[in-house]
Amino acid sequence: MTGALDQFGGQLRRDLLVAFRSPGELMNPLMFYLMAVALFPLGLGPAPDTLREVAPGILWSLALLSTLLSLDGLFRRDFEDGTLELFVLKVEPLFLGVVAKVVAHWLVTGLPLTLLAPVVGLMLFVPGDAIGVLIASLLLGTPVLSLIGAIGAGLTVGLRRGGLLLTLIILPLYVPVLILGAGAITAVMDGVEAHGQLLWLAAMLAAALTLAPFGAALALRVGMEQ
Amino acid sequence: MSFDSFQAFLEMGGHGAYVWWSYAAGLGVLGYNLFRPLRARRRVLDALRRSAAQILREER
Amino acid sequence: MKQRLKELWHQLGSPRWFYQISGRWPVWLLALGLILIAAGWVWGLAYAPPDYQQGNSFRIMYVHVPASMLAQSCYILLGVAGAVLLIWRMKLADMVVAVAAPIGVGFVALSLVTGVLWGKPTWLQASDRWWVWDARTTSMLVLLFLYFGIIALRQAIARPESAGRACAVLAVVGLINIPIIKYSVDWWLTLHQPASFTLTEKPAMPAEMWLPLLVSALGFYVFFAGAMTVALRTEILRREQRTQWVRDLAGVLTR
Repeated sequence: MTGALDQFGGQLRRDLLVAFRSPGELMNPLMFYLMAVALFPLGLGPAPDTLREVAPGILWSLALLSTLLSLDGLFRRDFEDGTLELFVLKVEPLFLGVVAKVVAHWLVTGLPLTLLAPVVGLMLFVPGDAIGVLIASLLLGTPVLSLIGAIGAGLTVGLRRGGLLLTLIILPLYVPVLILGAGAITAVMDGVEAHGQLLWLAAMLAAALTLAPFGAALALRVGMEQ
Repeated sequence: MSFDSFQAFLEMGGHGAYVWWSYAAGLGVLGYNLFRPLRARRRVLDALRRSAAQILREER
Repeated sequence: MKQRLKELWHQLGSPRWFYQISGRWPVWLLALGLILIAAGWVWGLAYAPPDYQQGNSFRIMYVHVPASMLAQSCYILLGVAGAVLLIWRMKLADMVVAVAAPIGVGFVALSLVTGVLWGKPTWLQASDRWWVWDARTTSMLVLLFLYFGIIALRQAIARPESAGRACAVLAVVGLINIPIIKYSVDWWLTLHQPASFTLTEKPAMPAEMWLPLLVSALGFYVFFAGAMTVALRTEILRREQRTQWVRDLAGVLTR
């Protein structure tokens, strides 16, 4: 058991090191998030009331998209330099290795995005008392996105142009997270408690954490066959 | 019959266009699902026949 | 009995066995399905009494409801066949996953189109809207996207074996997600209540109304079974074309 945990830690450390070796790439999802959010005031007009009303939906929809854009690289770099083959063969149990990779990925994409969201939220005039729920919902929701998305990343790893396909196959599966995440913020902005939504997001995180790694490990094996 | 005349049947109490377009769409999907598998089957059978005929020719 | 079931299960693993026993099925299933649909539609269109609230637009139900039921059942079939493929590596399940998605997606589209055509004169006649984001239309739209994903994934992967397994994984994951999606969409709707439009059907329908529905729904399912059988038999020939029994069959066809 300690062997598996050591392996987990080692994989996590290695992936984080690799990620921090190219800090430019780390910034890409965040820059995308910022830019895409800025499109909405430009498209809808700067009226604070309009923007405030649509802000939860925008912040959450774009969180889905930027997660998906970054997820394409979850296994791809390792696939291209051949280490993924070794990873699938050597790591036992594979699902734990996949969890390590997803955690590393979340630490460099989902977490920074969660930290950036309040700033972006203020630009869309999200009121101060909803910022806390915005952070909480993203903190609970983005790991779910990474975990479910890992299944799609595994399935499309062998395909040369997997990016758009990954988005197509995974986006429908993100619907519940989007509804609950944006719903939590909207609820607080309407003056209602958002405990229910946050609890549901936490339940989904628990379910995704127990089920998705097996799916992703299987998907990775299938994706490597191609 | 719940309609007095054929005309009334076509008009469907003013909802004729909606009703008939729905049924046309239904027929379209059913027809497509009839046509497409049968066409695919014909193509595969043709290909099989061609390769079998070739094998027969080569044997002679 | 148990022995017999086990035998049947093994036989199901053999596409050749399925091809040989299913020769007469398509004709019967397709014919019976079309007869049932025709009967249900004529009955529903001409003989069922008009709805006291909706007038005659409710007759769209005889297309819409069977299409919706079949679209959902077909996705369940995809997920179950996908699980069977992943667990037992059964060839026939692989073929079911391959041929069911393109058939099912047509019925999802039909359900959405007829839903729009039903909703416009019935619930939206006063407004200039054609679409309502209600729980059922939204769930059906997500189902359409799930089908899109499976079809796109299959087209992207060249090798049929890996495409089958990849689609199977996606179908199983989608099937697990469907209840969660349904629940969250229902919940989403209670939050953003569109007030004036709630598309709830009346609980009690007279027999003259639901009997034609039953007949046409049955017809849709039988027709689907027929179309699936044709598609499966074709897929079997295509995948097994290098085997001796298909070559023999082709030889018989040539002579």
